[in-house]
Amino acid sequence: MTPQDASAPGEASPPALSIRGLTKTYDTGFQALRTVDLEIQRGEIFALLGPNGAGKTTLISIVCGLVRPSGGRVEVNGHDIVRDWRRARSLIGLVPQELSTDSFETVRDTVTFTRGLYGRRRNPAHIEQVLRSLSLWDKRDARIRTLSGGMRRRVLIAKALAHEPELLFLDEPTAGVDVELRREMWALVRELRDQGVTIVLTTHYIEEAEDMADRVGVINHGEIILVERKDALMHKLGRKRLTLHLPTPLTEVPALLTHLDLELADEGHQLIYTFDTQAERTGITRLLQDLSSAGIRFSDMHTEQSTLEEIFVDLVHGAEEPRP
Amino acid sequence: MNLIGVRAIYTFEMARMFRTLAQSIISPVVTTCLYFVVFGAAIGGRIDQIDGVGYGAFIVPGLIMLLVLTQSTQNASFGIYFPKFSGTIYEVLAAPVSAFEVVTGYVGAAATKSVILGLLVLATATLFVDYQIAHPVFMLLFLVLTAVTFSLLGFIVGIWADGFEKLGFVPTLVVLPLVFLGGTFYSIDMLPPVWQTVTLFNPVFYLVSAFRWSFFGTSDVSVGVSLAMIALFLTVALAVVAWIFRTGYRLRD
Repeated sequence: MTPQDASAPGEASPPALSIRGLTKTYDTGFQALRTVDLEIQRGEIFALLGPNGAGKTTLISIVCGLVRPSGGRVEVNGHDIVRDWRRARSLIGLVPQELSTDSFETVRDTVTFTRGLYGRRRNPAHIEQVLRSLSLWDKRDARIRTLSGGMRRRVLIAKALAHEPELLFLDEPTAGVDVELRREMWALVRELRDQGVTIVLTTHYIEEAEDMADRVGVINHGEIILVERKDALMHKLGRKRLTLHLPTPLTEVPALLTHLDLELADEGHQLIYTFDTQAERTGITRLLQDLSSAGIRFSDMHTEQSTLEEIFVDLVHGAEEPRP
Repeated sequence: MNLIGVRAIYTFEMARMFRTLAQSIISPVVTTCLYFVVFGAAIGGRIDQIDGVGYGAFIVPGLIMLLVLTQSTQNASFGIYFPKFSGTIYEVLAAPVSAFEVVTGYVGAAATKSVILGLLVLATATLFVDYQIAHPVFMLLFLVLTAVTFSLLGFIVGIWADGFEKLGFVPTLVVLPLVFLGGTFYSIDMLPPVWQTVTLFNPVFYLVSAFRWSFFGTSDVSVGVSLAMIALFLTVALAVVAWIFRTGYRLRD
């Protein structure tokens, strides 16, 4: 247990991040967050998914102290971000969405600066380790303006890690990043998680959440509409569809088969069976036997699994419907 | 108190100065030499003495003030404006540093630079005129207080400015005229009575007057009044900065 723990011995340690009743209305009247509640446990990778303008960046900005909340409470490792802001902030590292870097400073100077800003004593060995892990060590004395966009993104990550944060926010970290850097970044994120760092990443790339996250939260119109373990989410909503192509179209599902979840598509040329991949019996064998007894022939078949993307689109649209 | 954070900002800002050492130092020194040549030699030849001080020496405190005021405002405003412009301000706002610590770092660095430049001009002046400093401790005190006050002003300007035009506006269109009209190159006794009264509303006048007193022991207004005025400006500047951070003006939504 670190000295920064607020909990008394024997008590369960507080979550890495606890958000209760958080709201934000900007001066323009725009309501960016409507009552957000969220709890993130230590050492997990949490993906916050949502379309552009959903409130992801506002949420992160409030936790990091860049935007003032209109209401609600936020605690980082049990430290309130307003009353105990110094403690709370010293635990957080932020990689912003925008490529905001210095221009004339060297990579090493700018990363060293961030560490100092967070009140941590100089530690060249740590800085070296961070720069090496991001393949920046060779560029340590290069001025930042001479670096490519991808390299600057690495510099931002290095800055966020300079003070050894316990809670790391990655706001759209892979926007405009090439495949190689993306892979390196995810390797680093997993490594950090193994060291006990809690990671919150926002993205609108579903694959990222699918690849990386332990839990997924979906935010839309300033509201968290779902928080679920990723595998549970995939399980719960991860149904498969078996499509059978029929050479002779059907006008209706034969009476013999109406007990199954079947539907017709493509003017009767396709018979679609939806089943749960996790179920003990998927019912496929039975379906095929029944088809054969009913004398229905098929020329082709394929299965597809619903992806997080479909789940997400369903959720976001589902949430949108009640709104005019 | 996050002293390491303050030091990080301070050294980062000072590094910026040393990186551009040539522009930072050569240009003010050259400008001062030009003033000495133009005012000291050309005009000084026609003005004998003011309050028993040779004209060349008389303008030394004024010239230092001219430089310190403009440089403090410019440096401090640029120091905070640039991170706002480039977006890097986010890390200062997200870091565990208080408003007081942020201001100490930025304003401290800008004021340090101005004091160094002021002392450089003082040294350069010895090439042109002979002068003595009657109250060196007060001279340093006024120099530092002025540098701090106007660096605070610069900081405010840097926060307020949302474009490079505004950034240049205050130093050139407010500070510079105030310095010129504040008795930098003359004693206000030399002005018509109406303008003497107008000058009393110019804050810079009190700074120049006090600073000149520390050199020659004579001044247009009493040192006590000047000191009170400097304290007043400092308080006003601090109050505005405090307001900026309390309301998040142009810093936090």
